[in-house]
Amino acid sequence: MSAIDRVNAARANNRPTSIDYITKIFGDSFFELHGDRRFGDDKAIVSGIARLNGLPVTVIGIEKGRNLNERMERNFGMAHPEGYRKALRLMKQAEKFRRPVICFVDTSGAYCGIGAEERGQGQAIAENLMEMMTLKTPILSILIGEGGSGGALALAVADEVWMLENAVYSVISPEGCASILWKDAAKTAEASECLKMTSQDLFSLGVIERIIREPKDLDSKLFDGLKNLISQTVRKKLEQPVDTLLDNRYNRFRRLGQDFVTQDDAPTDTE
Amino acid sequence: MFTPDIFNFMKPKNELEKQGEWLETHPYVPDELWVKCPSCKNMLLTSDLEDNMKVCSKCGHHFRINARYRINITVDDGTFEEMDSELTSKNILDFPDYSQKLQKAKISSCENESVICGTAEIDRSRTVICVMDSSFMMGSMGTVTGEKITRAFEYATENSLPVIVFAVSGGARMQEGILSLMQMAKTSGAVKRHSDKGLLYITVLTDPTTGGVTASFAMEGDIILSEPKALIGFAGPRVIEQTIRQKLPKDFQTAEFVLEKGFIDAVVSRKDMKKTLSELLKLHEKEGNR
Repeated sequence: MSAIDRVNAARANNRPTSIDYITKIFGDSFFELHGDRRFGDDKAIVSGIARLNGLPVTVIGIEKGRNLNERMERNFGMAHPEGYRKALRLMKQAEKFRRPVICFVDTSGAYCGIGAEERGQGQAIAENLMEMMTLKTPILSILIGEGGSGGALALAVADEVWMLENAVYSVISPEGCASILWKDAAKTAEASECLKMTSQDLFSLGVIERIIREPKDLDSKLFDGLKNLISQTVRKKLEQPVDTLLDNRYNRFRRLGQDFVTQDDAPTDTE
Repeated sequence: MFTPDIFNFMKPKNELEKQGEWLETHPYVPDELWVKCPSCKNMLLTSDLEDNMKVCSKCGHHFRINARYRINITVDDGTFEEMDSELTSKNILDFPDYSQKLQKAKISSCENESVICGTAEIDRSRTVICVMDSSFMMGSMGTVTGEKITRAFEYATENSLPVIVFAVSGGARMQEGILSLMQMAKTSGAVKRHSDKGLLYITVLTDPTTGGVTASFAMEGDIILSEPKALIGFAGPRVIEQTIRQKLPKDFQTAEFVLEKGFIDAVVSRKDMKKTLSELLKLHEKEGNR
């Protein structure tokens, strides 16, 4: 599969959304919690508490909606600042009760609009990055579809980040990249290759820990397997001393992008 | 024909203004002697502009300045000691044309990356200072930008120093793909560790501060200042207009707008910046150190 095929698969209308994962993995134990206590309740973010094989956990997902009505209601999975603040509120709550946090990420990006800017989209994302880095409870983030830039990262500063085989994760959409760099939307496929945004690329770059293989139909086999994998992982992380957990989380990001050169070794000819 | 000569600088002000008008109606402008203010369209003498920290004397428009100039007007003479100046990006993802772009940026900006970091004194208060440079790929955040800022914060944490960051950025550097995005998390982690040690972090947002830099360290200061009229936002205005398919209100995303919405602490003009930073630093010094 080429990169653009995976981009299309990640965006496919029939792809399971966060609510599907939450329903299939946590069943009736999921209790939804609403609102950021500051402005409102952003429906692009679904969040609450649940049980995972008996263990209480906090679950946060970016929800795109499964049909047109839902998509409108969920703003196509593009969160506003209040969505990220709701997520942070629930993470702080999880820290208080030492519940692991499990995030499902699926967004083309944080919403770009007047209200989002007025209410500090940049500040909301920045605060999540900072607070998640030292949240004293395990965090696991799973990219299930699209991972669009800062809007995805705001729920993916985690101890481990996993990706579904056909999920994508990128600093910019391939369309955006093609139009900025080449002023040509037709070069989207080429841009998606260049950006190295597939699960395999990100695994090679050391940005994610695990690729979740996708069975032909994303059916119960996937969800059952995933449920056990999540359960084992967060239980193991819970046993770690908090200092170790946080040091590992810091270093997980600290080591990314150290592949630079000093000026003296820099190649002088650039072909 | 107007010929530039040294006595022009000594002529009374109204005389100069007249010449400004004259020049506006005549196409010939001696190279780099005059600059037209993009805001009020007045003609300004380059030397006057330099003396005025590149702020228009007519309307107060703050011209964009490079990082070295910024350091010169902000810190005590001779106190800046640069760190990690030799670090430079390579084309990690083999992104088309990126190597050439990097090379061009290095030549045009005379810098190795989009940020310069080091230690300095401001009115004898020691601080770590990171200054971004818009002439290097529009201050975009690549892996080395993130690495240098992270190292600067780690140094400050280790040595119990405050940090001042002058931000200017078009956002993450897409030619470094996901690894540039990861710098947002990496720098935020370093800021948090510095903050948890009870140390002061001041950010100064300058024109423009957008994208991944706004959504990470630029918005994480204990105190956030901005230069007047700077563009500050997450998404750029063009992207928003394309998304919502309408024109944005005037003054949307200016420093003054963001101040009114509650996301920055104060708008400070360039000529007051050093004094303001100095006072803020001194307010946070332990009494014994004063």
